[in-house]
Parts: sequence; structure tokens; C-alpha cells
Amino acid sequence: MKLWQRGGAATLFLLALFILWEVIVRWQEIPMWLLPAPSAIVTEGFQSLPDFIPHILATIELTLVGLCIGASIGFIIALMLHRLPIVNRMIYPLLILSQNVPTIVLAPLLIIWFGFGLLPKLIIISLVCFFPIVVATMDGLKNTDPALKHYMQMMGATKGQTFWKLELPYALPSLFSGLKIAATYSVMGAVISEWLGAKKGIGVFMTYAQSSFRIDRVFVAIFTIMLLSMALFAVIQLLERTLVKGRAKEV
Amino acid sequence: MLEIKALHQSFGEVDVLRDVTFTVNEGEFVAILGPSGSGKSTLFQLIGGILAPKSGAILLHQRPINGEKGHMSYMPQQASLLPWRTVLQNVVLGQEIQGKANKEEAKQWLARVGLASFEEAYPIELSGGMKQRVTFIRALLSDRELLCLDEPFSALDEFTRLEMQTWLLSVWEKHRRSVLFVTHSIEEAIYLADKIVVLTKRPATVKQVINVPFARPRQEALLATTEFIALKQQLFTLIKEEKA
Repeated sequence: MKLWQRGGAATLFLLALFILWEVIVRWQEIPMWLLPAPSAIVTEGFQSLPDFIPHILATIELTLVGLCIGASIGFIIALMLHRLPIVNRMIYPLLILSQNVPTIVLAPLLIIWFGFGLLPKLIIISLVCFFPIVVATMDGLKNTDPALKHYMQMMGATKGQTFWKLELPYALPSLFSGLKIAATYSVMGAVISEWLGAKKGIGVFMTYAQSSFRIDRVFVAIFTIMLLSMALFAVIQLLERTLVKGRAKEV
Repeated sequence: MLEIKALHQSFGEVDVLRDVTFTVNEGEFVAILGPSGSGKSTLFQLIGGILAPKSGAILLHQRPINGEKGHMSYMPQQASLLPWRTVLQNVVLGQEIQGKANKEEAKQWLARVGLASFEEAYPIELSGGMKQRVTFIRALLSDRELLCLDEPFSALDEFTRLEMQTWLLSVWEKHRRSVLFVTHSIEEAIYLADKIVVLTKRPATVKQVINVPFARPRQEALLATTEFIALKQQLFTLIKEEKA
């Protein structure tokens, strides 16, 4: 009920913003190539949908593959850093450093090294989404309830048992938080990687639209990216609700 | 069955246990009573094999088990149930650590102690007392000869505590196991135990071993008898000497 009300309030506010936008564009007679009205964007969206769909599908595929690779790498790194404190001290600062390199700068380099194929794109997506998973998973593993750990110890549980029965399930909610952040990043990563050269994808569609001053199409692409991020987020949240049990119910 | 012989333990310069000696017989309920910080938890860590003693011996059926894990079943102060497991899944955790979980046996146990309707509940849905019941059943189910209970009711309120003590007695008196029960409540020690080992303050050593003469099964009415109060007085004086 509360959630519905809150969601309703957000929708109403968004709607008001769109109406304001529409009114300003019409009233000030802002030209189409500078800022199209929301109604024009929606119309364009429906008109170009048949051409656009293959691009969307290409981006979805790229995003999902990239996210899976990035998340798996992040998970494995987190486990390594958790189990081996020496590796942690050696590598963790480097990981933080890696996040300070802007993707946009890195991307052309990757293309020089690996060409225009799938590989550099997947590297870019993995790079933007592994880090949140590493941080979240490590935090989750580190914060395992000491009382529960103590019980496992006193019962004579092996390190493996403690990990599989206690630490990993305990870290699951944190892992999902990381996954949600990574998911939104992964769509962005996919589009950026497509700008740099691809045959299909929302990024490609955007580049074409931009170079022919079809600002309405640019907006169609932007809104599609937002919707994709939200959908991915929702899927992960659904997964979380089915997998994480016995925790306090969130509002 | 369990013999603790001349156990010594120190952390750095600090002596925690000094020459601790006592025994737990087959099916006997032994309470360890001592002031806070007297090294009771250290004693459990030694029996649990997490620590190895500096000197002395822990014998189980005449066999030394110094530094060996997995000989005791444990019930901690906090319920420490896994929040993502149902009551039934939690109760078999101890068995899982040993090797094989027996869900049928677990179900029978839960039914026997009136928890059958909570089988599928998650710990978050249970009260503090209920959680400790589940934790006790988990400890009973892990098939180990020695049960170590570490101040299991100290986090509960007074009303729940007495209810839980009586419940624990009723279950244990029907299914006798060797129990080592750490507490800092004199009343609890007398009400539950066959034998009370009184520890001194740090470094802890055995001050006195007192046999509790009351017959079983025991009822709450025992708490108001003159004999009970006299024994309580005696123990109180012993403990008081330690505070001075």
C-alpha cells in the first residue's frame, strides 16, 4: 500500500515534469533540432521502433553477457581477497586505482589493442561492473555475525563448512546490492562501448541520430537506456526476493 | 566421562585458568559458577578444541582430546540461528557439520518438545525464548556425548528465564546427557545441576565442588524450600569471598 503510494507520487511528479517540458517547448517555439517536445519524442519512438528493435536487442545481449562476465570476475576476486589477506593488501589499492581511470579514455586504447570485435566491448563492461560486486561481496563476507561464526567454530566446523553454510549465505544480500549497482553500470558500459564502433546497438543508433541532428532520436535512445536499466534492476530485485530468505521485510 | 586435569591457560602475561580440575560423569548435569570474567568462556574454548591448553589435560573416556575439535555440542548465549534457514533447517545444522542431517529425527524432536508448528518458521518470527528452545534442540540433535551450555538464558528476561529453566529440566530429565552448564546465577545453578563447580576470580581455579542433593524430577516449588535457600546462602558466601 505504502509502496504503491510512493510509486504513485513519483509517477505523478514525473508526469508533471513532462507536461512542463511540453509547455515550455511549445510556448517558446524551441526548434526540433535543439530540444524536441516529449510528445514528439514519443511519436518518433513509435515510428522508428521497427528499425530500433534490432539495436535494442543487440545492446541487451551485450549488456547481459558483459554483466555476467563482470559479476563473475568481481565475485571471484572478492573471494580471493577475502581468503588471502596478503593478496588483499597487494591488490585492493590497485583495484581502487583502476576505478579512477575514466572508461571513455580507456576505450580507444582497448580498441587499438583488441580491434572492433566483441572482446574490447566485454572488457569495458566488465571493467565498469566488477568493482561494485567486489566491494559489496567483501563487505558482506567480512561482516558475518561473530556470534554465528563462534558457534560454527565451537561445533568444530571446517573452514569450507563455515564458508558454504554461513559466510556465503550471510553475504548474499550485500552481493545483491552490488549486483544492482553493477547492473545499471553495465547498460551504460554497453552503450559507451558501442559508440566506439559497432554494427548494431543503441550506441550506434545514437551516433547516427546525433550526426544527422535527429535530437528526437537521441532522446528516444536515452529513454530506452533508462528503461533498460530499470528493467534489469527490477529483475535482480525479483531474484533477490526469491533467494534471500528470513530477513526483515523491506518496505 | 569428561575429566579436566590441572588445566592451565594464559594469554601472554595474564593467567586465566590455573590448575582447574573437575569431572563430569555419564549423564550428569554440572554447573560452572563463577564471577564474570573468570575464564569460563576460555574453559569452553579449550574443551571445544579452539584453543590448546598451556598445560594439563582434557580427557574424554580416558582419552586426551587437547586441541581436538568436534567432541562437544554447543549452545551459546545468543541464539545464533541462521536467519535464512527455517527452524527445521536450523535444528539439523549441528548434524550437517558432523556429516549427515537426519530431518525425520529432527521433526520427531520438534514434535516432542511442542515446536512442531514452528518447523517452517524463520528465526525472525520467533521470540527470544523460542529461539533458545530451538538452539537447545539443535545442541541435543548433534549426536555428541557432551553438551556445553554457555550462559544460555542470560539474555532472557526473568519470567522467560524461569520458564526456560523448567522446560530445559523437563526435556533433559527425560533424555539424560552429560551437560556442562556455565552460569553466573546461583539460583539457576542449584535448580538445574547435580554438581556445582565454583570458580575463583581470575586466574580461575576450582574453589569448591558442591553436590546438589535435590531429587529429580525437580519442580519450581523447589525454589522456595528452606534447603534450597540454605544452599543458596552457602554459595552466596563462597562467591562473596571472591568479590572481596
